[in-house]
Amino acid sequence: MFQNIRYLLSLSIMGAFLFTCSPSKSTKSKLGSKSSQKIFKFGNGSEPTDLDPHVVTGVPEHHIISALFEGLVAPHPKTLKPMPAAAESWTISDDLMVYTFKINPQAKWSNGDAVTAHDFEFSWKRILTPTLASEYAYMLYPVKGAEAYNKNKTQDFSTVLAKAVDAQTFKVTLKAPTPYFLSMLFHYSSWPVHPKTIAKFGAEKKRGTQWTRPANIVTNGPFTLKTWELNKVLTVVKNPNYWNASIVKLDGVNFYPVDDNGAEERMFRNGELHVTSTLPVHKIPFYQKKKDPRLNISPYLGTYYYRFNVKKAPLNNPKVREALNLSIDRSLITKHVTKAGEMPSFTFTPPNTAGYTSRYQISKNNLEKAKALLAEAGFKDGVNFPKLTLLYNTQDNHKKIAEAIQQMWKKNLGIDIELNNQEWKVYLSSVKKGDFDIARAGWIGDYSDPNTFLDMFVTDGGNNQTGWSNKDYDSLIAKAAMTQSTSDRLALFNNAEEILLTELPIMPIYTYTSKYLKSESVVGWESNILDVHPFQHIDLK
Amino acid sequence: MLKYSIKRLLESLPVLLIVVIISFTLMKVAPGGPFDSEKTAPIEVQKEIAKMYKLDQPVYIQFKDYLFNVLKGDLGVSYKYPGRTVNELIAKGLPITFELGFYALSYAILIGVLFGVIAAIRKNTMLDYIPMSTAMIGVCVPSLLMGPSLVLVFSLWMGWLPVSGWDTWQHKLLPSLTLGSAYAAYIARITRGGMLDVLVQDYIRTARAKGVAEKWIIIRHSLKGALTTVVAYLGPAVAGLLTGSFVVEKIFQIPGMGRYYIQAAFNRDYTMIMGMTIMFSFLLITFNYIADVLAIAMNPKLSFENKK
Repeated sequence: MFQNIRYLLSLSIMGAFLFTCSPSKSTKSKLGSKSSQKIFKFGNGSEPTDLDPHVVTGVPEHHIISALFEGLVAPHPKTLKPMPAAAESWTISDDLMVYTFKINPQAKWSNGDAVTAHDFEFSWKRILTPTLASEYAYMLYPVKGAEAYNKNKTQDFSTVLAKAVDAQTFKVTLKAPTPYFLSMLFHYSSWPVHPKTIAKFGAEKKRGTQWTRPANIVTNGPFTLKTWELNKVLTVVKNPNYWNASIVKLDGVNFYPVDDNGAEERMFRNGELHVTSTLPVHKIPFYQKKKDPRLNISPYLGTYYYRFNVKKAPLNNPKVREALNLSIDRSLITKHVTKAGEMPSFTFTPPNTAGYTSRYQISKNNLEKAKALLAEAGFKDGVNFPKLTLLYNTQDNHKKIAEAIQQMWKKNLGIDIELNNQEWKVYLSSVKKGDFDIARAGWIGDYSDPNTFLDMFVTDGGNNQTGWSNKDYDSLIAKAAMTQSTSDRLALFNNAEEILLTELPIMPIYTYTSKYLKSESVVGWESNILDVHPFQHIDLK
Repeated sequence: MLKYSIKRLLESLPVLLIVVIISFTLMKVAPGGPFDSEKTAPIEVQKEIAKMYKLDQPVYIQFKDYLFNVLKGDLGVSYKYPGRTVNELIAKGLPITFELGFYALSYAILIGVLFGVIAAIRKNTMLDYIPMSTAMIGVCVPSLLMGPSLVLVFSLWMGWLPVSGWDTWQHKLLPSLTLGSAYAAYIARITRGGMLDVLVQDYIRTARAKGVAEKWIIIRHSLKGALTTVVAYLGPAVAGLLTGSFVVEKIFQIPGMGRYYIQAAFNRDYTMIMGMTIMFSFLLITFNYIADVLAIAMNPKLSFENKK
């Protein structure tokens, strides 16, 4: 009798083993599968909050929206120069203030309606509507009258000079010559929405209606929305009505909202993704050692830096701030801490931003000067220097960098710094309130021009948050916004950045890189500083 | 029995209300709001958003409005996902979390009881030590390690199973194992203990003396008594499964409620946090209630009512 139980047990174990041994049908989900459809599997980092281009703010949303919608112009995948998209051509007045766009007569919405200049006027009105409270409406502020309308100082939209002259002509007048205006239009904030669909769902002035659901949405881009399964996958398929459908080689794109980068890397290795959104930092050396061609690291338009609260002593003394800047070894951090090919930063604007590199740079490794400056400020060898707190948002990499810098300041200047980490939203709240001494920060450019970096630090700028104010700096930035000649503009930016880098309300550390894994079957994917890879140019071999 | 059931139900309502009040307070006290982001929007825009989501009202009015809506069954609209109601997101995520929990629990009960029974009837032999040690691995190895390890072996090395997702049984196998393994261990130990207690009872000796086959001694006579403790454990076990599913859902990218909950907390999505907290509290109260009722049904000695 007892033997029966042993027999049963061994039988069940064998059965279970045989059961799992059968070749799984999971090959269906693998790349290069039996299906003849070219479906691009894209790791998208998180579930999109919505697909309304006038309401969303994130990069995952940008990827999907760039497959579904199209603006007046689009960036060339390699050079990032403005190329025709919904607009087939445009003219710019000599004073750089008036842009006249000719809408491509072949441009169609996914339901067959023609895309017209009226659609653009309607859409720009929508994003500037105060009750929609779009967080990216400011991208249209270069347009004359836009800021006043968005801030509800006037309810008359005819004061906003973005007009449909006729169905094919869209005329935009700026309030100041803005040489980078076309590259601002790469951002989805200026892209069109289908007026009849918006009206049907009453979404002209409010967010959160159902117009973006697969059954309702009407789009004008290379793909249309097929399915949207929350936290699982969002699928788009080729749009036969797209004016340039002949160059689109993919049959569809699947966006996977993978929010765990460990899971994402495993999915990539198993062939369930063609491209990842990022990759765990501790895995980078492993891929680098193997010289794995699937690892991609390229410069990204962003700066990793620390903010100083210049209202708090002793950080109110520029000599102290400069001493802190000069006494850290940035290349040590990028080589041994972050290890993802980042470039140490000695300026705030990343080098070669639209052809601009700041002439003035923070000097590298000038320990003597740092010590001298600290002594001049009254803290020779760090004696009596107050114990400041360094704030960062909880994340492994930020912690390692903070620890390294804490160590460098101790060793080189003799000062003690305390570390404090807060969860992301708490940290944002603290920085906004000025409740910090030194705080970690990062800034990604909204468009490819030094202005997106330098206009942060004007007096009382919403993204300044250091308490720093310099009237000369403010007037240089304001003047640059009104200057036509590129060389004059860049000269003004150079002067402004020199002020920023001598007074140093911030401490630049490194320039960001995009890092991700890409399957070798992906063709047409070019690296560029904005990390944009339009799906209409992508193919799978 | 009926009186007891109704009494328990009525006692649950104040508990739920207190949970709602505490969650709401904690949520509002936490620094950082749903619309804080690294790029500060112009102050006028921030004001409009606050008005839109009624964040500019005094806190007690916000609470009152919220409570009234909850009583109507309307858990509100998500702050982070405009156009999605909390009810909709719960309806999408909860069935999947339930399914995962169900498979994990089934696995845990099956393996746990099987191992526990074998270990008990073969006490202090290899057939006791091996199942118990194997089960212990489920407790000692956290899902954060077990999940990726199983994926490494069965998906990446062997290529038998997919890494993530929730479609076919191949997708569901590893997450269920990962989630259920710790509970399998506890259930194995409880079953073993319960069986050992029961097997030395007089009535078992009587049955053996009467000549009942050993198979039936185990299955019909001992098991029921041994399992009362297991049933009592199921209440907390389901609680653990529901919350433990968060980690497993993240590792395997399963679109269950756990992932929404974590995202909601990080995003300060007030309505989602409140809605899910209420949902989970309701589920926990319900499952504990069911477990208690089952335990009484299985062992009348546990009843509180006077029986003449």
